Parts: sequence; C-alpha cells; structure tokens
Amino acid sequence: MTTATFNIWRGDAAGGEFKEYKTELSEGMVVLDAVHQVQAEQAQDLAIRWNCKAGKCGSCSAEVNGMPKLMCMTRMSDLPTDAPITIQPLKAFPPIKDLVTDVSWNYEVKKKIAPFKPRKPDFEDGSWKMHQSDVDRIQEFRKCIECYLCQDVCHVLRDHHMHEEFIGPRFLVYSAALEMHPLDTEDRKEDLREAQGVGLCNITKCCTKVCPEGITITDNAIIPLKERVVDDAYDPLTRLVQLVTKKKS
Amino acid sequence: MELAGIDITKEPMEVGPTTHYVMGGIRVDPESQMSTVPGLFAAGEAGAGLHGANRLGGNSLSDLLVFGKRAGEYAASFVNEKGLGDIDPEEIHKAEQEALDPLKRQYQSTTLNPYKLQFELQDLLQDKVGIIRQKDTLEEAHKEIDELAKKAELVAVSGDRQFNPGWHTALDLKHLLTVAKACACSALARKESRGAHSRVDFPDKETGHWAKHTIGLRKGEDGKMEIVETPILEIPEKLQKIIEEQG
Repeated sequence: MTTATFNIWRGDAAGGEFKEYKTELSEGMVVLDAVHQVQAEQAQDLAIRWNCKAGKCGSCSAEVNGMPKLMCMTRMSDLPTDAPITIQPLKAFPPIKDLVTDVSWNYEVKKKIAPFKPRKPDFEDGSWKMHQSDVDRIQEFRKCIECYLCQDVCHVLRDHHMHEEFIGPRFLVYSAALEMHPLDTEDRKEDLREAQGVGLCNITKCCTKVCPEGITITDNAIIPLKERVVDDAYDPLTRLVQLVTKKKS
Repeated sequence: MELAGIDITKEPMEVGPTTHYVMGGIRVDPESQMSTVPGLFAAGEAGAGLHGANRLGGNSLSDLLVFGKRAGEYAASFVNEKGLGDIDPEEIHKAEQEALDPLKRQYQSTTLNPYKLQFELQDLLQDKVGIIRQKDTLEEAHKEIDELAKKAELVAVSGDRQFNPGWHTALDLKHLLTVAKACACSALARKESRGAHSRVDFPDKETGHWAKHTIGLRKGEDGKMEIVETPILEIPEKLQKIIEEQG
C-alpha cells in the first residue's frame, strides 16, 4: 500500500493556503477518489464540485501538479508519489471555496454569441440537404463538455485577465461550430473581431493540449475563424473595392 | 477502457451488477405529479415508479422530460392559485435547528463521521438488500438500518454552512436511511421474484397475490413504516387504445 501526500488549497474568496493531507492509495484510484478519501477521513468540509466520475460532465476541473485536469480522469498511478501532489482550483476564475470556482462568467459570455439561425428548409417537408463533409467538420466541436480547462490554461484569461475583451477557446469552438454549420445564416465575424477578441489568441495551442475530449481547438476552430475574420475585414482587394464603391455613393 | 487500463480485445473484462436506480418513489398523481402532501411535487427518479419492476436503459430520460414538464407546470399553477400559504414559524425554526445540529456538534475524533455511516449503509444495502435477496439477511438488514439510524442522530461535521459537503452528507443521511428502510420493507414483504427484485427463497414470479401494482409505504400511527398493498388499476381507455393501435 502506498501513501501519497497531497497539498490541497483550502480557502475562499478572501484568501487561503495549501494544507497537507496524507492518504493510502489503492489500485485503480484516480485523483478524485483520493480527494474524496481525504474528505471522508480528514476534511469533511473540503469543497469540491463533481458529478459523473466518468469524464463527461466537466465538473471536477482543477489544477493537479500545476496542470489543468479533470480529477476523475487523472490516474494516481500516472503521478509521482515521491513528492507531494498539489491540487488547486482553476486560476482563471474567482474562488468560491477550496477547489470550487465561480465559472458563471462563461455562462454570460455564451449568451452574447449570436444563436443558430438556419436557412429556410430545402424541401417542402421541412428538411434540408447537407454534404456529409460539412456535417463531419463540426462534429468534434460538439464533443465539448464545458469543463473550462481550456479557458483556465489560456494566458489571455489566466495571466492577463482579459475577460472583458476575449471570450476564450471554449467559446471560439462554440462560435466555430455555429459559423461552420452548413445551415447557419448568421454572420458572427464582426463580433468575433471586435467584442470577442479572436485576434488576441496567439495560437500557443495550450488549450488543445489540455482538452480532455481531444478537440483540436486551435487548428480546427480558432485558426479557421481567424482566417474568416481576416478575409472579411482586412482583405486588400475587398477593401479597395469597398473604397471605390463607397466613393461612388 | 481508458481508466481500467485494459484492452478487451486481448484480455477478459470483469463485469459486475451494481445499484444505480430506484424503481419506486413518492406516490404522485399522474397528471399533476403532486404527492399526497398538497404542494409537494415529484418527478423523474424521485416520483412514482413509472418503470415497474425493471427500468430499461434510456427510459428514465424520457420519464423525467415528460413528467418533469408536468410537475413544473402544475407546481406553477398550484402556487398561482393557492399562494404561498401559512407556515408555522415554530416548525421552520425547529427544522433549522435540526439541520444545524451536526455543525453544532463539531467533528472530533470521538464523534460520529457522516461519511463513515454512509459507507456502512452502502455496504449493508449492497450485501443484504442488493441483487439477490432472502428472508434472513433482509431481516438482519432491517435491524442494522435501525441501528445506523440511531447513530445518524449523533453525527458531527467540521466547518461552517458554506459549501460544506460533510454537512450535506449529514443532512442526506436521514433521507438515505428512510429510502433504505423502504427498500428493505418492500423487499421483505414481496414474496416472489419480479424484474430486478430477486428472492432466492421465492425464485418465481407469482401471478396471484403479488400481482400488485404498488406496495405503498407510509408512516403509521406508531411512527413506523407501514405497508399498503395497492391493486393494479385498469388501464384507462384512451391508453388502452394507444397500446392496441401500436400493436
């Protein structure tokens, strides 16, 4: 039986500190199991948010040894036990208590993204015809479980706190799914460029690295959005044409 | 298979049954989802027991969508019609004090830990009120649940009211014990095997006395749980028609 030492952040909005806990590990344990065990044995009031224990609800996000992770999907056997394992709340969002953070900013951001606006049905029975390749393109974006690990790791939010200017990788993925939808008629490019700050992403790909669903966030969602925005706003030929047509009117 | 660390194309996989759904619940009116307590509504896993003796995978989602909608709508019209009603402030105060008791006792190594009792209850139900049941172990379970219930009155937790899972566990415990007792009561009373209820001492489905739709449980005059047998109701004509149409 191995004993592991955990340094778990305890505190609330007013501040806090790491506290040390030791607990026995058993076979097949994940970090969430170990934290639950610490809670049951030594720290009943240790606040953690969790639900499905299967990597599908996106509730148990935390930083394990400095890496944003789902605690339920991080095996203890993959972590070194010769040194204390640190567990702390997501840094990009304000702490509520212990490992629980206030992620409500994300919900507000989502409300500001223009919703799906499908074109009129192609057929009288109300159905549409789509190419399979167009359908396939956006499927991976739908795998998002909104764990916000990508938001947490993104330095624009995490270090520069630009929550007012930038919607973060999660909502660029969400926008990409809508923008690339074969039936959608809404144009989100100006919002993306102005209010939502797509240009602030400098494609360090940290979001892609931490995504538990393996969504290729940067390459498949953010870069294509950047290209569309640039084509729309900065294409020299279009600008020239716009300039000429404007003068005429 | 990511977390189990096995490749099932190369090695065998161990599979075991486990408890994951309660196929019974608070008795409600099917239209309004209101219980026999006016103003108390229940839907989904908490309500009624729509699925009989065996819920099929995926069916609880449609259950909670349909009956959750009904419960919400009827609850809204109930409150619009009746208003908030008068609640005795004494009763509120009493409930508040009861809820705060585990916190007042503040956990020490000599006091009772709610998590420990919850784990004991889980093990007890898995062993004796679990997949395969029989008379003697169900009777033992009854006694042990009663003993745990006595202990549960004395649990203590550390910390304060803010986001305190230990305190929530202490509050849940009382209700977990009520549900545990109800399960054990019904399981002991039903002398047959049906759906997910398997008795080694009564291995077959019985079509006579136990062809009952529900076993109702309520608090008797002596404060103990009391069983009320309810016959199967006739299927309403409009539903029978739908069943026949669907073939």
